[in-house]
Amino acid sequence: MVSSLEFDKLSKKFPARKGALSLSKFEVTAVNTVSLKIKPGETFGLVGESGCGKSTLAKMLVGLLKPTSGRIIIDGEIFDKSDPKIFGKKIQYVFQDPISSLNPRKTIRQIIEAPLKNLHGMKRPNRDTRIKELFDAVNLRLDFLDRYPHEFSGGQAQRIGIARALAAEPKILVLDEPVSALDVSIQAQVLNLLEELKEKFGLTYFFISHDLSVVEAVSDRVAVMYFGSIVEVGTAKEIFSKPKHPYTKLLADSAPVIGKPLTLNEKSGYELPDILNPPIGCAFSERCVFAKELCSKETPIFHESKNGSAVSCHYPIN
Amino acid sequence: MTRFIALFARSQLAFFGLIVLSFILLLAIFTPFLPLNDPNVIDTSNRFKLPFSEGAILGTDHLGRDLLSRLLWGTRLSIAVGLCAAIIAAFIGSAIGITAGYYGGHADNFIMRGVDMLMAFPYILLALAIVAALGPGLMNALIAVAIVNIPFFARNIRGVTIGIVHREFVDAARLSGMSNTKIIITEILPNVFPVIVIAMSTTVGWMILETAGLSFLGLGSQPPQADLGSMLGEARAAIITSPHTSVVPGIMILIIVMAINLVGDGVRDVLDPRLKSGALSTPRSTTEVSKNKSNTGLKNQILLSINALKTEFRIGDRILKAVDDVSLTVDKGQCLGIIGESGSGKSVTALSVMRLVSSPPGVITNGSIDFNGGDLLELSSEDLRAFRGKKISYVFQDPLSTLHPLYTVGQQLSEAIQSNSYVGKSEKNKKALELLKAVRISNPEKRLNSYPHELSGGMRQRIGIAMALANDPDIIIADEPTTALDVTVQAQILKLFQDLRREKGLALVFITHDFGVISQICDKVAVMYAGKVVEIGPTAKILDSPAHPYTARLKSCVPELGQGKRNLLAIPGFPPMIDNMPSGCAFASRCQKVKQNCYLTAVDFTNIGQERGVRCLFPEEIKAG
Repeated sequence: MVSSLEFDKLSKKFPARKGALSLSKFEVTAVNTVSLKIKPGETFGLVGESGCGKSTLAKMLVGLLKPTSGRIIIDGEIFDKSDPKIFGKKIQYVFQDPISSLNPRKTIRQIIEAPLKNLHGMKRPNRDTRIKELFDAVNLRLDFLDRYPHEFSGGQAQRIGIARALAAEPKILVLDEPVSALDVSIQAQVLNLLEELKEKFGLTYFFISHDLSVVEAVSDRVAVMYFGSIVEVGTAKEIFSKPKHPYTKLLADSAPVIGKPLTLNEKSGYELPDILNPPIGCAFSERCVFAKELCSKETPIFHESKNGSAVSCHYPIN
Repeated sequence: MTRFIALFARSQLAFFGLIVLSFILLLAIFTPFLPLNDPNVIDTSNRFKLPFSEGAILGTDHLGRDLLSRLLWGTRLSIAVGLCAAIIAAFIGSAIGITAGYYGGHADNFIMRGVDMLMAFPYILLALAIVAALGPGLMNALIAVAIVNIPFFARNIRGVTIGIVHREFVDAARLSGMSNTKIIITEILPNVFPVIVIAMSTTVGWMILETAGLSFLGLGSQPPQADLGSMLGEARAAIITSPHTSVVPGIMILIIVMAINLVGDGVRDVLDPRLKSGALSTPRSTTEVSKNKSNTGLKNQILLSINALKTEFRIGDRILKAVDDVSLTVDKGQCLGIIGESGSGKSVTALSVMRLVSSPPGVITNGSIDFNGGDLLELSSEDLRAFRGKKISYVFQDPLSTLHPLYTVGQQLSEAIQSNSYVGKSEKNKKALELLKAVRISNPEKRLNSYPHELSGGMRQRIGIAMALANDPDIIIADEPTTALDVTVQAQILKLFQDLRREKGLALVFITHDFGVISQICDKVAVMYAGKVVEIGPTAKILDSPAHPYTARLKSCVPELGQGKRNLLAIPGFPPMIDNMPSGCAFASRCQKVKQNCYLTAVDFTNIGQERGVRCLFPEEIKAG
């Protein structure tokens, strides 16, 4: 079966300097040889903490950033030119901050029309019917069209953002923290709307969030990212209840759950490793309570098991 | 537009400038239709006539030409040239700035170094060189002045553009298939336009002066054509014998430039977003209290008790009731959680305790805040300041914005220690070190000399907590202290709070929107909705069997970890607008169990036993136990 979205050894490095006056240049690796295959109709979740490279990965998927190496394959077709105009018809993006993703000086109609005009060259009457369809789909009233973004609440603005992404008629949506800026009572509305839209338009989702419970609730499969690499992939059902990678376990244990006492399951005092000074071996070894000698020497390889789950750890938890 | 005018008219000076400027502009526009003498007719027999003489109200110049006529025609020309130069400079400069800012990288470097070179010459020298190359003449002077001012626009606009290019809506436009040119014109330009207008309004006056300067030197307008600069230049020889020939154009230049600058400042004040948000109005150091003396005769033993607190925001003639009749208590060593969505009033409640709500527009209109038996709302500003940080301290959501970026952690901790009692330097250092150890910072000696930007988010929040602990407070009020942090770091900080409570017997008020966090560290919880407490009680009991429908719905729309993919139960609708509260229960329109009575009158808070209270006419049945 052809996967809907596939990326093969995708990496992104940024040039950097040690100090403002320093001449020695070197590279910082934001995304480190990531490979994944996402099936058509699937919701694939990606979790990771801030700075782990998940937004950089997402920006590469839609052509906003050029990968340093690796390939992106959409519907069996290789996309090697990072031009959002080419990507845009296949894959679209929903931003985290719904208000700042809408130009404050344009009306909602102008915003929604842009992809229809530029990607599909649609004429006025066709555009109007299409906008009506889209607004019905995301439960917005048509009289919103001539207003400006600041007149909307976060939840409404995010619906507008989703409508704009759908206007391009993509097959895949990259949802970058689509509900983290919203209040909890509105979060569930938007998540349920996304589920409805997926059925209606036959979409595939790449859902990025730092919120484990949200990712688990909407995804079929989930990948966990740490320091630029995928450390574990598994089904939403099992990845947090039966974690194999110690980092996944740490995340699952740290998530505040009603009725679960507070536990700390890591060596204290450590946070993300220094990106200017990447550790040798497994990036998580410094924080890992299971780490042994091998961990700080050799980088673990990504092991895939038969059922589709995969883990990158020398000593996975059974 | 009407708002623009209203804001503009607020500044009397700018308004005055506008009136003067409009008058001059009107004169300049209608000059050809006024009954004036020909400005260029020479009549040497009538030279140097004084002002108010017959046939020449402002007198005549060295060739006997009518000064009034020359002044008005000259003003017309000078303003036209200045405006043209400003428009040309703004157009080319902005185009350069936007291009450099939008494309960035090498293009930016190349363009801006060129602009820097242009800027490195003294402007008058550059203008002279340009006129020398092109030859004298008003047109060439205009070109010279425009070129000289291009770098100013280019640099300003580039800076603004860079700030906009990285906004998400520009990425969104790229994904909508827009070309770069289209993005620049329809996405970037409308957002930098106010800055261009501001820059122009503040430089037009300057450009009129520069053109006048070139004309004065004989490089601008050529005789017999009059502009303000050439009039001054020609009058120079007679400045002692007939000063009026210099004074008349001189005063005109002064008035024009003053008026334009006043208007320019006014325009800037109106368009500057910082001024719109009222940043220039200095708030008082404590929130205004305007209420009748409380008559809570009984002094109880409870550490902190908030009684019937009302805090409003008064903006113009609108009154926003942010906190409406909130009563809460916290005892020694207890942890009270306040949960609610944005706009529910949970932060304003917390800030009201130490009267930190900025005032204006905030006003506390009712209630009392009893701490150790005394009402904090009745203290004077000076007495209250002594209280702040000492007995009650705060920890905020974003530690990066609460720490000063230019001082080291050690300096800021020392200041927090010093603020309430005199302590020697070595002792302060010792205490700072102790504080860092208390919040479990590894390698504390080294961290004393670190600056906030060198620390991770979790570490910064630990410093924030250390500062709150500096004077051994009885209560820490923490407003979403872990919301900006990653989940693993959040767990560490929550653990720290829990340990501190146990070690120091601290009471804690913990504001959050996360039931999971509440369940992990709070003894009791208050649920807020639309400025009111809708439910209060022991955490375990409320989470186990919520009495208010809102609590129940809120809890069920948050997914809990460990249950796999599922559908979520959303709450339909939106919270009410704070300036348009319904008369009945604020949740009624979103409630599934709503009945007719819910819409009619305000709902009272009722006690339902087991230390619990709820603000609902038809509460859920609660489990015993």
